[in-house]
Amino acid sequence: MSNDLTERTVDEATPPSANHFVAPLEETPLLAIDVVKVADKPSNLWIDAWRDARRRPIFWISGFFIVLVCVVALFPGLFTNVAPNNDCQLINSNGGPTAGHILGFTKQGCDVYSRIINGTSTSLAVGIIVIVLTTVLGIVFGAFAGFYGGAVDGFLSRIGDIFFSIPYILAAVVIMSVLVNYRSVWTISLAIGIFAWPATARVLRAEILRVKNSDFVMASEALGVSSLRILMRHVLPNSIAPVIAITTISLAGAIVAEATLSFLGVGLGSSIMSWGNDINQAQKDLRTNPQTLIYPSLALSLTVFAFILMGEVIRDALDPKARALR
Amino acid sequence: MSSTMSAPSSAGRADDRVPLLQINNLQVGFQTQTGVVPAVRGASLSLHAGETLAIVGESGSGKSTTAHAIINLLPGSGKVTGGEILFEGRDLTKISEKEMQQIRGKLIGFVPQDPMANLNPVWSVGFQVQEAIKANGIATGRADVKKHAIQVLKEAGLADADKRLKQFPHQFSGGMRQRVLIGIGLSSRPKLLIADEPTSALDVTVQRTILDNLEKLTREIGTALLFITHDLGLAAERAEHLVVMYKGQVVESGPSREILANPLHPYTQRLVAAAPSLASRRIQSSVHRLAELDYSATDVTEGLDLIETAEVRAEAAAAASKREDAIVVKDLTKVYKIRGNKEAFTAVDNVSFSIQRGTTMALVGESGSGKSTVAKMLLRLEDATEGQILINGTDTAPLKGRALLDLRRKMQPVFQDPYGSLDPLRNIGNTISEPLNTHKVGDKKSRRERVYELLEQVSLPNALASRYPGELSGGQRQRVAIARALALKPEIVILDEAVSALDVLVQAQILQLLSDLQTELDLTYLFITHDLAVVRVIADHVTVMQRGKIVERATTDEVFDNPQMDYTKELLNAIPGAGIALRV
Repeated sequence: MSNDLTERTVDEATPPSANHFVAPLEETPLLAIDVVKVADKPSNLWIDAWRDARRRPIFWISGFFIVLVCVVALFPGLFTNVAPNNDCQLINSNGGPTAGHILGFTKQGCDVYSRIINGTSTSLAVGIIVIVLTTVLGIVFGAFAGFYGGAVDGFLSRIGDIFFSIPYILAAVVIMSVLVNYRSVWTISLAIGIFAWPATARVLRAEILRVKNSDFVMASEALGVSSLRILMRHVLPNSIAPVIAITTISLAGAIVAEATLSFLGVGLGSSIMSWGNDINQAQKDLRTNPQTLIYPSLALSLTVFAFILMGEVIRDALDPKARALR
Repeated sequence: MSSTMSAPSSAGRADDRVPLLQINNLQVGFQTQTGVVPAVRGASLSLHAGETLAIVGESGSGKSTTAHAIINLLPGSGKVTGGEILFEGRDLTKISEKEMQQIRGKLIGFVPQDPMANLNPVWSVGFQVQEAIKANGIATGRADVKKHAIQVLKEAGLADADKRLKQFPHQFSGGMRQRVLIGIGLSSRPKLLIADEPTSALDVTVQRTILDNLEKLTREIGTALLFITHDLGLAAERAEHLVVMYKGQVVESGPSREILANPLHPYTQRLVAAAPSLASRRIQSSVHRLAELDYSATDVTEGLDLIETAEVRAEAAAAASKREDAIVVKDLTKVYKIRGNKEAFTAVDNVSFSIQRGTTMALVGESGSGKSTVAKMLLRLEDATEGQILINGTDTAPLKGRALLDLRRKMQPVFQDPYGSLDPLRNIGNTISEPLNTHKVGDKKSRRERVYELLEQVSLPNALASRYPGELSGGQRQRVAIARALALKPEIVILDEAVSALDVLVQAQILQLLSDLQTELDLTYLFITHDLAVVRVIADHVTVMQRGKIVERATTDEVFDNPQMDYTKELLNAIPGAGIALRV
């Protein structure tokens, strides 16, 4: 409407003046106020996150790779029938690819491909044990510190700070050097996990501090719900999303840590097959026989990469703000 | 939209001047994953130099989007998809970003909504004002820029402006920050100033002084003002012309008084009937017996006319009078110790009041007056430093365990923020039944039935029980919060700013619902609010708090007709629309 909104004084008693514009009702239909629409699909944070994630190719690519790694770890026999250790013959030392041994041989004459396949379970097991440990410790420390605050927070957070101030690789090197006779998947996971949990606890604590001030927490309090129940029922479920994202990424970190420790010679004993051990063995032959280094490294990188990508997809999917931007 | 184009030009122009700003058939859309969602659908308006025009609408009506389109500040995925915006004859939708930068700030000033978020906290206020002055080329040379900056702050009404230049935004109150932003907006003497809800984040008395200042400045400079607000009373008071927007369309536009006195579009009629600021004026004028009310808003959707609500409430209250007190508060004091500070902060200072069963008392005050702290102490979410709270004659302070649970059963809160008061990860059914579970009322089946019964009481469909809060609008969430509060059949409901965050129409609906529930269930309300207009339609008694102390306490009629304290008078005067002479 190009009506001129100019007249300053309008006699209010007059019927609608020339510059009083009203849209025809048929073109601006009124809706019932605040009408309830329930025909749509239900949604909440998790449902929305799933709907968001499944639209992304990266989710499917990294998801496929993670599933593949898991299957390889559980059933290595499906992928190779070459025994990784027993068939080693020095005649094949540093040999190139041949039929049935597509990635060649190590210095000891073992099949590289078979070693990678059979080493998968070690790397994955370390990763999973470490994240279970860090998540449990992180949730217990982070949740109680954040929710109860005050002296509880001071005490728990300082404990966290002590562990946080020691780089976990360094701590694991020390622990593994001491436990030289007890090197196994369990001890190495413990050595990594015990110093890696404060990161999770900090993220969770910050999130809990945010959530516990919500009105819905106060409403539950006014209902007489006990504080532990409020924590478990309302606060924790609303704070857990960033922990899940960080967990996927720290799984990748744990796999790298195991490889690092094994590479440094303080990780798993040489009798246990792992990518880190293989990389350690291969470094001496880097110039003469690089594939023994390259292939285990590639397996490690791809696995870590898949978990990191998955972590980022999950983080974005769980963050409504990040979702709105796309 | 052809409709918006067709009506007026033939109707005869009042004036042949070329408008300063003319928007014709503007279309704005937002790009989403599912395609373009239209936000503005064929809006048109025109504004002449030196005049004031207000765009009124609820959230989502496209009012802000229209304003942002003018200076090309649409967020991310927004785009003008049609129509033209003529500013002094130039189409702003067709010029380059560089040309727009020349216009923005220099010819068209902008005052944003949230003064807290729009000044950079790491730079001094003076730096930010000077930056704007330099960017708009008003002055060059350090001394000159500084002189201008001081002048800007002086105009904005800040005393000792030269000292203030060195201060940082956190040292300014919200009102002062908004003054600075207005000062920056007007520093280049623009021809047009766009103010997007400039005062909705501020207390009413501050709101009033800011708007007075804004009005004075724009008049002196001769700047045209485009004012965006959700408050019809405020718009009518401050602007000569109104444009009412609804779902991205202009439904009515014209001179403010005429629209207010004679709203023609049903939506505008709804809005007029539902605006608390206007309703409280009308109730007041009827009390004063100035004349019979003559409002042509006859076709109003039922349950939205706040006058009707107020009348029903008044009748119920008359029946309820002479009953015993449900709540008695004696000499209540709350002192907070501030870390690293020897002086303690007294949030609530010697407060006493009582509320009769079945009535509503409003506790009014601005932010920081201690009213919410009183509510928290009543609910036993905080302990009082001194004083007594008696609920049905029982002192609540020593209650523990079982007895405290029983107290909580009798008294339930509803909070302000409808988006924060429901757990987003629990469905509506579980949220409403939580009080039943906590207090072990009935078995699973009877709880489910009670949830349906409650949903019905707050006019929501049963199907919502399995839905999550994220799917509901603000008003619907507030209904759920009310249902949860009612689950245990409480006697007392404490409403902490329970309607403040809602759009006017929804606000009227909720006030109506609360009024009905009170009559039906014999509830006692403590209604905490900063909005005196709402008080007028809902409360029987008013207690006014200022800085932790009670400054005035009386029946609603007494307070509105004959306020004793200056502070109360100030609050009353600050109700938007108070200055409008209603046709009678």
